[in-house]
Amino acid sequence: ELPAPLLDDKCKKEFDEDVYNHKTPESNIKMKIAWRYQLLPKMEIGPVSSSRFGHYYDASKRMPQELIEASNWHGFFLPEKISSTLKVEPCSLTPGYTKLLQFIQNIIYEEGFDGSNPQKKQRNILRIGIQNLGSPLWGDDICCAENGGNSHSLTKFLYVLRGLLRTSLSACIITMPTHLIQNKAIIARVTTLSDIVVGLESFIGSERETNPLYKDYHGLIHIRQIPRLNNLICDESDVKDLAFKLKRKLFTIEAEVQKGVSTATFLLDGPRKKLFPCLFQLLEVACIPWLMASSSVFKASNIGESLCYQLSGFFSASLLHF
Amino acid sequence: MFVELNNLLNTTPDRAEQGKLTLLCDAKTDGSFLVHHFLSFYLKANCKVCFVALIQSFSHYSIVGQKLGVSLTMARERGQLVFLEGLKSAVDVVFQAQKEPHPLQFLREANAGNLKPLFEFVREALKPIDSGEARWTYPVLLVDDLSVLLSLGMGAVAVLDFIHYCRATVCWELKGNVVVLVHDSGDAEDEENDILLNGLSHQSHLILRAEGLATGFCRDVHGQLRILWRRPSQPTVHRDQSFTYQYKIQDKSVSFFAKGMSPAVL
Repeated sequence: ELPAPLLDDKCKKEFDEDVYNHKTPESNIKMKIAWRYQLLPKMEIGPVSSSRFGHYYDASKRMPQELIEASNWHGFFLPEKISSTLKVEPCSLTPGYTKLLQFIQNIIYEEGFDGSNPQKKQRNILRIGIQNLGSPLWGDDICCAENGGNSHSLTKFLYVLRGLLRTSLSACIITMPTHLIQNKAIIARVTTLSDIVVGLESFIGSERETNPLYKDYHGLIHIRQIPRLNNLICDESDVKDLAFKLKRKLFTIEAEVQKGVSTATFLLDGPRKKLFPCLFQLLEVACIPWLMASSSVFKASNIGESLCYQLSGFFSASLLHF
Repeated sequence: MFVELNNLLNTTPDRAEQGKLTLLCDAKTDGSFLVHHFLSFYLKANCKVCFVALIQSFSHYSIVGQKLGVSLTMARERGQLVFLEGLKSAVDVVFQAQKEPHPLQFLREANAGNLKPLFEFVREALKPIDSGEARWTYPVLLVDDLSVLLSLGMGAVAVLDFIHYCRATVCWELKGNVVVLVHDSGDAEDEENDILLNGLSHQSHLILRAEGLATGFCRDVHGQLRILWRRPSQPTVHRDQSFTYQYKIQDKSVSFFAKGMSPAVL
């Protein structure tokens, strides 16, 4: 069973580097250690009991082909585009980033997300996912060298992308392999240019793996930045120590890493113990009151050994009222 | 503007000092509340304001401005506010060849040159109008924020040059004020940013530095503000004065208190 699909009217866009034409979710997550999503939330069919909250999906199910074909989505696979004659204005970005920006801008303009052609159907948000930005697959060398020739390409790209998002009805999620970027200054600049920044830190291969405090968990989640958009204040959560654990059918985030708090227990009493069954629910509750999208869709398509997830309409890098 | 901050700075819109460079700086926290303060302060002081807004959209500042009692839309319409919306302009510049020189045209160039077109824009925006009586008290340049220019490929020296030219024109020639925000990247080893921050610190008359608390997040105290008055032209005459306060940001105001004197603690 698939969760209530919201793809019919939604326009979605993905950027793939793999050969598979799967939909991949991206979040503005900086992954400390290379780690693919292996989220396996369970699908809830019957009435949900009041003690549970969060989104439940069956990650082992594939999305039906008809649904993919019926949805309006655009893919960008760089190796296909790099030799095309897509009109590209001269710019000091790497060719990959330039083409990507042009691609996004074309879609925004042609499908009316910038208000240029009033959309006939109900207003929608363009959701954009970009995977592994900054990696050599995009033609960038910041993961290879500390002071490469393209050191400003990524930040320039992010700035122009931010401009595109601020001037259209769109939201964007990006993943970035920051563990590969040697230049700390770039990471700081990328953070400043983003609205929301979340870091995932896996315990695999780190000294924390053997730390008894963390024995029930697989990694930590760091909410590094929350935006103050249209406001002086932001809705910052008190809860700062978040760890996650990944089981076959459950991805849980827990606060206050301590013994005795099991995954099956949902402690809703007291402000300091909150359980978030879903990473994105966490952010929805704590950080993004101004989000326009009505819900988040969490799907998985099983491709070989890796599970990839897609998220639509959840993270919003920006919203513009106009 | 925040009345409590005016009290701490011993100033009001009616009798603010002129010809000064104020440096706003944030370290491990968001110092944008200071930008909103000065924007509304100088609009209320009836100054002609040129706002180079590089990091947020017009509507963001406008909505916050309304909470602080100023209407940016009206200020823009009556010619008091010249607003350069960096994000929107960047999209225009990158995707379309511009016929005339654009303040952000360095985005199209492979090698970052200088910020001369941006300076020309500022000078044009703040130049006194010859006709008749002066509508506005004095000109003010506000930039949010300068660190973004480094991310866009500008060198620290180019940005310092830009500020130097702006100071010469706005502060010295037109007897106005310049207020800029620069992030302190801390231990991120951002050399260019450190050069920019240090260079501006030496030139500034007033430095407001918002810092996150060393002990981490606190619901009742959002950070601390260091206020440093300097006399760059008379380094030996007066000692620099420095004060530190803690603050809490609310929906429409910011309250300040001495360290350890937060109402939540007392």
